[in-house]
Amino acid sequence: MNYIIPQSELKIVGTRPVRPDGVDKVTGRATFGADMTLAGMIWGKMLRSPHAHARIISIDTSKALALPGVRAVVTAADFPDIASEEAFVGEGPMNFRDLSRNCLARDKVLYEGHAVAAVAAASQSVAEAALELIDVTYEVLPHVIDVEAAMAAGAPILHEDMFTVGIEPKPTKPSNVAKRVAFAKGDAEAGFREADVIVEGRYTTQPVHQAYIEPHACLAQVAADGQAHIYSSTQGQFMVRAYCAKVLGWEIADIRSYPMEIGGGFGGKTLVYLEPVALALARKAGRPVKMVMTREEVFRASGPTSGAVIEVKLGARRDGTIVAAREVLKYQAGAFAGSPIGPGCMCGFAMYDLPNVDVVGYDVVSNRPKVAAYRAPGAPITSFAVESAMDDLARKLKIDPIALREMNGARDGSKTHYGVTHRDIGFLATLEAARSHPHYSAPLKPGQGRGVACGFWFNIGGESSGAVHVNEDGSISVVSGNPDIGGSRASMAMMAAEVLGVPIEHVRPIVGDTASIGFSHLTGGSRVTFATGMAVTQAAERVVDQLKQRAAQIWEIPPEAVEWKDGKAYPAGLNAGAFEPLTLAQIALKAGRTGGPISSEVTLNAQGAGPGFGCHICDVEVDRETGHVKILRYTAVQDVGKAIHPSYVEGQIQGGAAQGIGWALNEEYIYDKDGKMENAGFLDYRVPVASDLPLIEAVMVEVPNPRHPFGVRGVGEVPIVPPMAAVANAIRAATGLRMPDLPISPPKLRAALDAAAGAKAA
Amino acid sequence: MSKHHVTTKINGEETEFLCETQETLLDVLRNTLNLTGSKEGCASGDCGACSVIADGTLVCSCLMLGVEAEGKSITTVEGIAEGETLHPVQRQFLEHAALQCGFCTPGFIVATKALLDANPDPTEEEARYWLAGNLCRCTGYDKIIRAVMDAAAEMRGEARAA
Repeated sequence: MNYIIPQSELKIVGTRPVRPDGVDKVTGRATFGADMTLAGMIWGKMLRSPHAHARIISIDTSKALALPGVRAVVTAADFPDIASEEAFVGEGPMNFRDLSRNCLARDKVLYEGHAVAAVAAASQSVAEAALELIDVTYEVLPHVIDVEAAMAAGAPILHEDMFTVGIEPKPTKPSNVAKRVAFAKGDAEAGFREADVIVEGRYTTQPVHQAYIEPHACLAQVAADGQAHIYSSTQGQFMVRAYCAKVLGWEIADIRSYPMEIGGGFGGKTLVYLEPVALALARKAGRPVKMVMTREEVFRASGPTSGAVIEVKLGARRDGTIVAAREVLKYQAGAFAGSPIGPGCMCGFAMYDLPNVDVVGYDVVSNRPKVAAYRAPGAPITSFAVESAMDDLARKLKIDPIALREMNGARDGSKTHYGVTHRDIGFLATLEAARSHPHYSAPLKPGQGRGVACGFWFNIGGESSGAVHVNEDGSISVVSGNPDIGGSRASMAMMAAEVLGVPIEHVRPIVGDTASIGFSHLTGGSRVTFATGMAVTQAAERVVDQLKQRAAQIWEIPPEAVEWKDGKAYPAGLNAGAFEPLTLAQIALKAGRTGGPISSEVTLNAQGAGPGFGCHICDVEVDRETGHVKILRYTAVQDVGKAIHPSYVEGQIQGGAAQGIGWALNEEYIYDKDGKMENAGFLDYRVPVASDLPLIEAVMVEVPNPRHPFGVRGVGEVPIVPPMAAVANAIRAATGLRMPDLPISPPKLRAALDAAAGAKAA
Repeated sequence: MSKHHVTTKINGEETEFLCETQETLLDVLRNTLNLTGSKEGCASGDCGACSVIADGTLVCSCLMLGVEAEGKSITTVEGIAEGETLHPVQRQFLEHAALQCGFCTPGFIVATKALLDANPDPTEEEARYWLAGNLCRCTGYDKIIRAVMDAAAEMRGEARAA
């Protein structure tokens, strides 16, 4: 069925009820990864490499094992040495061999913080003391941190078996370039010859961490027969189960994985770091083992997303028509292959209808932690460059920046340079809403500047399961297989309640463990409200069918003669017979006598996720003495399809914008000459705090996605794509300076302002 | 290594516990007393997820030793509601959808209560600076600030501010 109907005809979807898990979260009762305890539990800790790049000559754990209170020590030798095998999960490729070697280093450590060994002991302090007793002999190797240095001839090679894929003929020498990818449409060279105006730029971005406030945490228990339980903070309990089984060489059915409440993920919890190690320790120790990362470990050994170097060239006719676009992208992957270079190559120009496009990307390893997905992986980086260049182009053409995007914006039928043709998209509607927003025409004071930038994300569907159970009293339980990061349980309950026609308070949603609900792909790709919501909606529809059938049975009329409305069964028309309506609770009460429990579980592979577009408007004021940028006003416009719970959709938009502002102005990984991270803590890696930001206005444009029953599009990733360029373009407007290197931190901006003033004076 | 015996008051109840010298109050709350509402986000006083009120002062419990709780009165997130009745700050956080993952929320609830105890009528800027020691990575603070301002108005007996 289709519920893409006016809001006035919807009873629950589109309203703003209190979320079902809310009270637990404001009272401290919600149980997160590190909050779980089991009888007999002991503590696990990880020993990590002090070197950026070194060969492991030997590991001697005997002194640690002899320490009273130590129950087990594991190293890579306790795990199978698994073969290279590509698995596509979440939002990027993953190789199980690399995953295993990232959990515990084998032969070589590839970055400072790389896990080398783990200890389980009676207390945290004993475990920490034991780590100091593990003797690791290293042969320190030359290291390389920066992406272009890693690509240069003579750079230290991380993997002797890495030969660049995507180059013909196949290279004969190993390199740090894992892959070259290319996309082309039309003839870019010919396009540039037609152009009246050309802009070019070289941009750099730094790795930024997802910086969820909850560090990675898990608790593992293994019975004598090998059946295991793993409780963890993760974006996917099924992912944890599959990855642990793979890394340990166990059977999937032997592992039951429980998703705890998750304290933020943003893509960073779409893989495992601790879980296989905790399971191995628990098996060896014969006791439940809890492992929790410190914040320093989170920074040094998990996430972040890529830093990059991007070159952009745009050519346009004098009337504003863009005739050619070129981009070269070099993305850091960290210690193992697999940066989001693919989406990086696609997303920058995906918003525009361009005749001639040429994009080349490189996936480059260096001695940094392996990157993990971070909200629209790859897209914010490429869009910082492209949207900065679009701003320069608008300036050069003397065309309003939103008008330039409207002229060239993708619309239904636009074919992208990566082959996909856009359908039912809301980019132009988003641009129109931004242009007509009062913010866009509000006056600015001297010294202030306004910038705009846009963003795109594919959004995904995929495998999901959802179950709807009618309880004996007519209350409803909804079970899904997706950890709830930002309020998705509320959305699941609301869609089920809308279909069933019952008040939201009667619908209680939970996130099931791997034995309680069918397989579900992890929470990522902005897929849950779309794909899992589709499964829950269909399950609710099947429950309605059953309810109608039971009413028909009670009334002894055909099921087609029963109508379901507002949570009650009615005879459909006069011919059906004259019966008092039956409520859901009345039917539930008789379920045992009419055929047994009423419930449905739907599993599906959701197709047709509609892409999302955003346009952000940012006003800044620059302190010329300090280089500090104050964000004065921020408006984020986005095509959201249909907002099931508008408050949580706004929350996604506001949160994404705030993360992007941090990426633009402050956040970066800083390394010393030995390849060690110098700012592995929240004091020196500065995420935005409340006093850094204004209120962020989220404007929801609803262009329904026709392939979802309620018109849903994913909303969580688009909002982190535009902010970096929106901020940079606002700084350009305020100061006249194009800042191509992120972050635009106070010292960097002050130096640029001083240089510009010096040049003027000279 | 013998443990210290500490007598304190937690959420209004006389409480005794044993702790090692180096254990923080946060460790004691979470691991000894099973009060896991206070969260560890950084253990360095930068994120505020472990905020508690000690004798009327807002502190990061990760920066206070367990032994320092001796003789003090500590309020944690578990002690903010009056039985089943939510504190106005808690209710406004729910009504404003001022939480996504909810991990930083206990710290924000405690810090906001401390703010409104000290300053019942804060400006938006005062609220933002007071809460600058509490990191939230999900919300962009917009809905948190709106919830704080409305909780303040409600506690002053005024109509809804926004």
